[in-house]
Amino acid sequence: MSAGFDFSNHSRNTFLSEKGLKVPKATSTGTTIVGCLFKDGIVLGADTRATEGPIVADKNCEKIHFISDSIRCCGAGTAADTEFITALISSNIELHALSTGRKPRVVTAMTMLKQRLFQYQGHIGAALVLGGVDPSGAHLFTIHPHGSTDKLPYVTMGSGSLAAMAVFESSWKPDLSREDALKLVTAAVSAGIFNDLGSGSNVDACVITATETEMLRGYVKPNERTQKERTYGFRRGTTAWTAEKIRNLVVSEEITPIGGEEMDTS
Amino acid sequence: MPNMSAIVHPQQRHFNPYAENGGTILAIAGADFTVIAGDTRQSEGYSIQTRYAPKVFRLTDRAVLAVNGFAADGNMFVKKVKQRLEWYKHAHAKDMPLRAIARLIQTMLYAQRFFPYYVYNILGGIEEDGSGAVYSFDPVGSYEREACRAAGAAQSLVQPFLDNQIYFKNQTAAPGRSHPSHLPLPDVLSIVVDSFTSATERHIEVGDGLEIYIVLAKGRSLQGVEGLHGLRELSTQEDGERVFVLQRDLKKD
Repeated sequence: MSAGFDFSNHSRNTFLSEKGLKVPKATSTGTTIVGCLFKDGIVLGADTRATEGPIVADKNCEKIHFISDSIRCCGAGTAADTEFITALISSNIELHALSTGRKPRVVTAMTMLKQRLFQYQGHIGAALVLGGVDPSGAHLFTIHPHGSTDKLPYVTMGSGSLAAMAVFESSWKPDLSREDALKLVTAAVSAGIFNDLGSGSNVDACVITATETEMLRGYVKPNERTQKERTYGFRRGTTAWTAEKIRNLVVSEEITPIGGEEMDTS
Repeated sequence: MPNMSAIVHPQQRHFNPYAENGGTILAIAGADFTVIAGDTRQSEGYSIQTRYAPKVFRLTDRAVLAVNGFAADGNMFVKKVKQRLEWYKHAHAKDMPLRAIARLIQTMLYAQRFFPYYVYNILGGIEEDGSGAVYSFDPVGSYEREACRAAGAAQSLVQPFLDNQIYFKNQTAAPGRSHPSHLPLPDVLSIVVDSFTSATERHIEVGDGLEIYIVLAKGRSLQGVEGLHGLRELSTQEDGERVFVLQRDLKKD
């Protein structure tokens, strides 16, 4: 086995889809992910809904991925692609840090991600918000599936990006305090959760400063499930059966010695 | 070799007059009542157009119509049904019976066979014999009387639940006992509320609010509706069939 993607099924799948076979669609996380710069670093935010078309596939998924101790990456788009590409770059960043003997930089992670995405011409469907603090300061980037990047003080991505950006555009200002930045990020992600059908459930946040990284999983939970009015237990014997067979699982074994002298074990 | 780029190919422009506005409706018939409900979210794609757009409408004191699909067609269709019922009342000095409304809706839908109202209709109410009834329609007028029906975005989530809880599908009764053919009103209301809270959890187009219409047969006691929080009466008289509406909040994400 060689490393990387395996394309051996490509010609078979092209043949099959020409014959009218539906190609399976990857789960796309219609998402709200955001990031903003503040006085001491970066705050990242994400909702926790994962969808498959109009169906909610996961009500509490994690969209803020680990890159290094002080670099994190929010992912929107094809769930598998965001998970694998962040894991791969996280791994390469660790090796890079080990070989250089320096703390990893956000631009390094950004360059590795954009080069990989560009190489695959948009077929790796990952839309990312990358943020972190390194020896050169706090940095925040967006990376599009085709490999283009932006460096901005406040960013949003995913289907809820317009709702979230509206909040940033109305209230963001330079040198926010940690509390105000966290409040702003929560408001931006909440705008996505309530106004975009592709986003929902809880707000995850992550505060990164030069001294520490704080992952706030389930920071706000404005959509808790309510109690059902009825209980849906079933009486024993509810499920019908057509045949019954009871089998003894204890296998009994009888040993019959056949002739000859007993082996000399002395 | 002729210059292929000089050949002008015919192009077709296309205007799609329909939209899909999400949401879900459902109706359950009891022995002497009917419950008709729908959520109030109206959406297009990933956007919410409004959090309160009613999909369930009182037609008469014994008939309630729920419409789902393309909202503009739904509203227009309800408007036209109401107009026909008003004409009927002026001509005959009485409200149209439920089964007649059902047949009227069939004719009105089929009249648009080649440019249909893109709407799934569920008609609920009280029949002339005093029994609860639900009629469900497809967009071109095929219809059927049933005991329960779900339609719309979360139909595939709700209908199997109703089949199990109302028709007792895949449930064998206890030895020497049988399943009831009709459930009492409080049980039906609980099942309706649970259907919608569950659909809201797992379908992105369902949520915001819930409107539950309750139609009671003539002379039926108010047992099961009295004491319900936020109940409003919509009927015009107290000695005939009576219509009530209940509103509930649903999650808004």
